[in-house]
Amino acid sequence: MSGYQGKKNIPRITSDRLLVKGAKIVNDDQSFCADIYMEDGVIKQIGENLIVPGGVKTIDAHGGMLMPGGIDVHTRFQMPDRGMTSADDFYQGSKAALAGGTTMIIDHVVPEPGVSLISAFEQWCEWADSKSCCDYSLHVDITEWHRGVAEEMESLVKDHGVNSFLVYLAYKDVFQLSDAQVYEVFSVIRDLGAVAQVHAENGDIVAEEQRRILEQGITGPEGHVLSRPEEVEAEAVNRAVTVANQTNCPLYVTKVMSKSAADVIAQARKKGTVVYGEPTTASLGTDGSHYWSKNWAKAAAYVTSPPLSPDPTTPDYLNSLLSCGDLQVTGSAHCPFNTAQRAVGKDDFTLIPEGVNGTEERMSIIWDKSVVTGKMDENQFVAVTSTNAAKIFNLYPRKGRIAVGSDADLVLWDPDVTKIISAKSHNSTVEYNIFEGLEVRGGPLVVISQGKIVLEEGNLHVTEGSGRFVARKPFPDYVYKRIKARSRMAELRGVPRGLYDGPVCEVSITPKVMTPVSSAKTSPAKQPNQPVRNLHQSGFSLSGAQVDDNVPRRNTQRIVAPPGGRANITSLG
Amino acid sequence: MSYQGKKNIPKITSDRLLIKGGRIVNDDQSFNADIYMEDGLIKQIGDNLIVPGGVKTIEANGKMVIPGGIDIHTRFQKPYRGTTSLDDFAQGTKSALAGGTTMIVDHVFPVPGSSLMEAYDQWKQWADEKACCDYSLHVDITHWDDTVKQEVDHLVKEKGVNSFQVYMAYEDYCQMTNSELYEIFTFLAERGGIAQIHAENGEIISKEQSRMLQIGITGPEGHVLSRPEELEAEAVFRAVTIASQTNCPLYVTRVMSKSAADIISQARKKGNVVFGEPIAASLGTDGTHYWSKNWAKAAYFVTSPPLSPDPTTPDYLNTLLASGDLSVTGSAHCTFSVAQKAIGKDDFTQIPEGVNGVEERMSLIWDKAVTTGKMDENMFVAVTSTNAAKILNLYPRKGRIAVGSDADLVIWDTDAVRTITAKTHQSAAEYNIFEGMELRGAPQVVICQGKIVLEDGNLHVTSGVGRFIPCSPYPDFAYKRIKARKQLAVLRAVPRGMYDGPVSEFSLSRGGTPSASARTSPTKQPVRNLHQSGFSLAGNPAACGPPTPEDLPIRPAGRRIVVPPGGRSNITSLS
Repeated sequence: MSGYQGKKNIPRITSDRLLVKGAKIVNDDQSFCADIYMEDGVIKQIGENLIVPGGVKTIDAHGGMLMPGGIDVHTRFQMPDRGMTSADDFYQGSKAALAGGTTMIIDHVVPEPGVSLISAFEQWCEWADSKSCCDYSLHVDITEWHRGVAEEMESLVKDHGVNSFLVYLAYKDVFQLSDAQVYEVFSVIRDLGAVAQVHAENGDIVAEEQRRILEQGITGPEGHVLSRPEEVEAEAVNRAVTVANQTNCPLYVTKVMSKSAADVIAQARKKGTVVYGEPTTASLGTDGSHYWSKNWAKAAAYVTSPPLSPDPTTPDYLNSLLSCGDLQVTGSAHCPFNTAQRAVGKDDFTLIPEGVNGTEERMSIIWDKSVVTGKMDENQFVAVTSTNAAKIFNLYPRKGRIAVGSDADLVLWDPDVTKIISAKSHNSTVEYNIFEGLEVRGGPLVVISQGKIVLEEGNLHVTEGSGRFVARKPFPDYVYKRIKARSRMAELRGVPRGLYDGPVCEVSITPKVMTPVSSAKTSPAKQPNQPVRNLHQSGFSLSGAQVDDNVPRRNTQRIVAPPGGRANITSLG
Repeated sequence: MSYQGKKNIPKITSDRLLIKGGRIVNDDQSFNADIYMEDGLIKQIGDNLIVPGGVKTIEANGKMVIPGGIDIHTRFQKPYRGTTSLDDFAQGTKSALAGGTTMIVDHVFPVPGSSLMEAYDQWKQWADEKACCDYSLHVDITHWDDTVKQEVDHLVKEKGVNSFQVYMAYEDYCQMTNSELYEIFTFLAERGGIAQIHAENGEIISKEQSRMLQIGITGPEGHVLSRPEELEAEAVFRAVTIASQTNCPLYVTRVMSKSAADIISQARKKGNVVFGEPIAASLGTDGTHYWSKNWAKAAYFVTSPPLSPDPTTPDYLNTLLASGDLSVTGSAHCTFSVAQKAIGKDDFTQIPEGVNGVEERMSLIWDKAVTTGKMDENMFVAVTSTNAAKILNLYPRKGRIAVGSDADLVIWDTDAVRTITAKTHQSAAEYNIFEGMELRGAPQVVICQGKIVLEDGNLHVTSGVGRFIPCSPYPDFAYKRIKARKQLAVLRAVPRGMYDGPVSEFSLSRGGTPSASARTSPTKQPVRNLHQSGFSLAGNPAACGPPTPEDLPIRPAGRRIVVPPGGRSNITSLS
């Protein structure tokens, strides 16, 4: 498989230099045959008959596919939950990622409400810096909303390399934000040039359903999925899309778990919304029928939110949408807990800590479900497992592409290898794997991270703490080119009219105020002194004809005829 | 128009009436027959009827006789900040009758915080004094607590109200949260009521209103700019979701945009029990007028949700009405004078909302949907009268020409052409939003409670003759399906042994669940019973094999589940 080029007796292998010979390079746009030479963790040359220093370690690909390493856009390693911590920490988690061909992860920082975003961010950085085996970046979750949070977000974007924030429409009374708050957060995110991520479930309804289901005496894991039907997920996606449209903010839906939610995203894209959908390994690879397992521990191992859909045709459907581009990126939302931790909710499903495995299995499952079945080709595979993520989060072309100057994060992919997924052989620490027994075709043969071989001949050689934090700049082109054009179009103008000087009905101010913007009313003090009617200035006339002009409207409103025109009404009274 | 038999009978008993030679149009069929009415009821239908002498007879000459229209949404003499909308129950019902509508259903709007019963009594008193035609009442739920719950219960059981409207807009005033909607819908589903919604996302509207005013847009165009149709569609989607969860029949008032109508038709395709009500305004005109340079004209179109600026909307909504995706039509008639509208001359958010339409509704739909060939006269009857009667549980008393039904009839002239204008309309408003529109199709004779109220272009109405028609709960039209689903929706837990493995320590500080009180007996530490326990880390594959039929939980209808849950597992043991 691998040998040393040139003289074999060079005393020391400089593992910083690496040559892959005879590979079929697969990017998201094309595949071609070439050699690749890497040095210091960066791709230096691509082509044939490369001139490379002597003594370079060489891998002969024998025409195998060499693709950009996977980017898992959604992990939650060592996530704190009520005093517990999810089973895989950054070491175990990133090791599992590398074993599956993923060379970069983006983890979610979850600040406890009341805790500063920046201190939480620094805490996560510290954990990851000391343990992560591959490069990483961080999303920050907005778990509460006030002015201070907006300032911290600005600092995170400008000084700390964060360009994506997640808001929760679920977890009532914990993380959930109201529609008005989401509107404000999205407005801030758009101004900062970041990407708005959303956990889409209607938390109000979920809370009501949870209460109802517990009242009926259903306390097991099946209550989890019964209280979170997929309609509730689709509703929240639809609402998030609406708010994102209003605020002209790019939207990214994490954990697309159901057909209905995916359909809403696909429809919104057809209507022109800038929205991205992220199915997870779990939703692409298995379904929610297991919640009814008689084995409590097994059923509980599937608990994640939104839940896996009980409809067994869901994985196939989501793979199809991923193939046709309606869904764009894939994550794992890897956040497993061991059985003893899950058992916290043994008498009440609402207490079961949420999260499933998937960072190791992600690439193979998508290859097996989508490429082997002919839904997508290897280029689209690269797009959904790596390139699109890099583009959305402004890492492209450093990540997500094989090109000169890009990071040397590569995977030599074996499309024919088959493997049976099992907790016995996986790299995660949990006792159970939700894909247990699933036979998948396609897997990494060699994994190169930061220019170093980390997987070869089935052996993992990872180094704890070698992962670097990768800062991300705001205003990713892939997302913001369209947003910028739209905000230029979205200017509104009032209709120029004379002052209304006709009679005005008296109103009592005492009862309700119909509008929350009463402060914006203009000069109520002026009313008493009854202005003299100025017919030259006034545009109001009970019998007047109107000359209407064209006023530009916002681009999201589908207006076909010129506004104000086409009136078939020409006079009052 | 002549008296049958002897002409010299001294007194015309206007309680007896015969229509000869009409073509009777119901929602299911049309046929030729005579109709004899007495005491406000239809007594006989057929040929060569034997009727008492001296009965007033109307020669229909083959014209269509249709059930009188039911305007399922009016807001007559609606209070707004110390002033009242122009058309009271007298003027409003007079307009209705002039247009061929013989029954209206008005909305009781209790000021948030006040008693529903008092408001109901107030509205009933107003209507009893003034209404010229029969009426029913919807009651709006403007706040939610246990008192309101009891009042709703009382209204359903004792007061003949079966439909209640809730608002998803008007933040900080009468807007309901999602949780409140869930509770209200659950309650209404238990009581056999219909949940009506005003569907707009109020929180986002508030934000957009502030933004408009900040950038200096204060005119009526700000009204539509701050309420884009997506916000209407979003709210409809959310309401459908909650109604589906609570298995409650949903009725969307004022469908104003294509997007909202699309959501309703999609929901119906997915099996939801949902009805959509476009109104005369959305079926007849569009929102381009908000940009009129004439402030008063622009302000006259202000209603919520607003008319869509997309001029293809009316045509689209008429098509969906014809196809059955939308079910009923109202007018949401609630007019204000220019001086009243001018309350908001410097701030569009202060403009009182509402448009006319009760008089024009029938002719508009005939002109836009029947003359264009979108629907036939039977569908016309369905969307203007029959469907409303079915939803309100008044069918077949109202909404059908049949023996025993109320004698509310209209002889419809399909060829009459008239031009709508404020000069001739019955409403007190100075302006008509359909001004100048030429419509084909109009009532020739209108019979209400067995009496002729419109004949030869002359209206003869009597204020105060209108009766309150109580609506009983559980209308078959909606609840047959709801009941069937309820029987299916019983949930059952998976029978498992007690989990008796290790349990991690955890802190409750996060309060991750709203239902902490429902946790079962954390104190009990059961003795491990291996016979009972289904949990095993080295488990036996058979333990999670295919379930026996009695293990299959039954899921609520509307969830698309194809295989039996718990079955099909490709995972047979924990390692």
